[in-house]
Amino acid sequence: MDFDLMISSFPKLLNATLITLKLLSVSLIVGLILGILFSIMRINKNPIINKFAYGYSYFFRGTPLLVQIFIIYFGLGQLEFIRSSFLWIFLKEPYWCAIIAFSLNTGAYTSEILRSAFETIKPGLIEAGKSLGIQSKIIFFKIQIPIAIRQSLPAYGNEIILMLKGTSLASTVTLMDLTGVAKYIISTTFKPIEVFIVAGGIYLFLTFLIHNFIKFLEKKYSF
Amino acid sequence: MELLAFGKTGWGDELFIATLMTLAVSITAILIGFLFALIFTPLKLSKNKFFNLIANCYTTVIRGVPELLVIYLFFFGGSGAVMFVASIFGYNDYIEINAFITGSFAIGIISGAYSTEVFRGAIQSIDKGQFEASKVLGLKKPIHFFKVIMPQMLRLAIPNLSNVWQITLKDTSLISVTGLVEIMRQSYIAAGSTRDPLFFYSFAAVLYLLLTFLSMKLINRLEIKYSKGY
Repeated sequence: MDFDLMISSFPKLLNATLITLKLLSVSLIVGLILGILFSIMRINKNPIINKFAYGYSYFFRGTPLLVQIFIIYFGLGQLEFIRSSFLWIFLKEPYWCAIIAFSLNTGAYTSEILRSAFETIKPGLIEAGKSLGIQSKIIFFKIQIPIAIRQSLPAYGNEIILMLKGTSLASTVTLMDLTGVAKYIISTTFKPIEVFIVAGGIYLFLTFLIHNFIKFLEKKYSF
Repeated sequence: MELLAFGKTGWGDELFIATLMTLAVSITAILIGFLFALIFTPLKLSKNKFFNLIANCYTTVIRGVPELLVIYLFFFGGSGAVMFVASIFGYNDYIEINAFITGSFAIGIISGAYSTEVFRGAIQSIDKGQFEASKVLGLKKPIHFFKVIMPQMLRLAIPNLSNVWQITLKDTSLISVTGLVEIMRQSYIAAGSTRDPLFFYSFAAVLYLLLTFLSMKLINRLEIKYSKGY
């Protein structure tokens, strides 16, 4: 055990954690918006809209995140019309490519979580709202959405933790996030176990925080 | 389409072999995972606090740390650990472990943590009366486990195990960082030499979709088989 290495690598790894957290928070916010959008499309009765949303979630849940990042980072730059469009400002940066891939990925999982939450809402609640003469828009925003959010909290907490682990793939497109720095230190010092303990410890601490935060929210919004 | 031709002109045969490699790693990994689950599920369910602690550490650490980090640990630390064990027995030469073994071991340990949770959940949701009844009937322990608990556990576990299989299959793409030529690595090589990454990575995505789709079909059949009588 090389404790000096563990102590000296800790600040470097902590610094890299900031990038991990940045990647995580931005892609979670964008992914949540996408997830809400696509879950609403999933419960839509129009078969084309419905199928489109299903295809989206099927593709992103059926392929590894690594493939998705590589398609966006290495693949899209090959297309001439993308390179000449304004999108290139984002797509030439590995940071934005990673965020786009993570957002689309977590969006797909989130849409599935929210869809199943919408489906578990008892039809009686919606019928009660209807029979009270409440507009269907208000039923949707004031009855269906709050219940769906509460229902999906535990599953969404898991998704946040999966996404935290997913951000480690950013290191494959040259970003120096927590895993990227850990790999760099391992490959220069050849002390994998020490670095694994420190980096893994930081990841575990973050997981612990997320887990407890979700538990707190669950308790707060329980009924 | 020329790019996918079999033989020397295209990448068809290479990608086909790479797909088989992905399948081989996934199957090896999930079997190693079952082995780990076989050890840790009883520890998790046991009444001994110390055993509980060990099993909980295993599942919490593995499920809370990125797969890629675990793979790096095995990739950089694997041969060192084996050499350390070998040196105790007086063998001091350099040992290199092949990428297939390191990779499937790393993924197997990850998949084992998920399988452990699935089996634990399945056993815990079996009706208590089943345990008591087989005790009252005086069934021997192995018969009690294999004939009473296991069939019921499998029925409850299969839907979740299919999730574990999907996770394992997708995780194998990460082994490409160690140089094992599976779908991702082969696509990377092909993309590099033809300068057509979009095509090859999209094709890799299609291959993974095909694998997940086909395995879902197969698992659905198993599910029907084990839920007979319900």
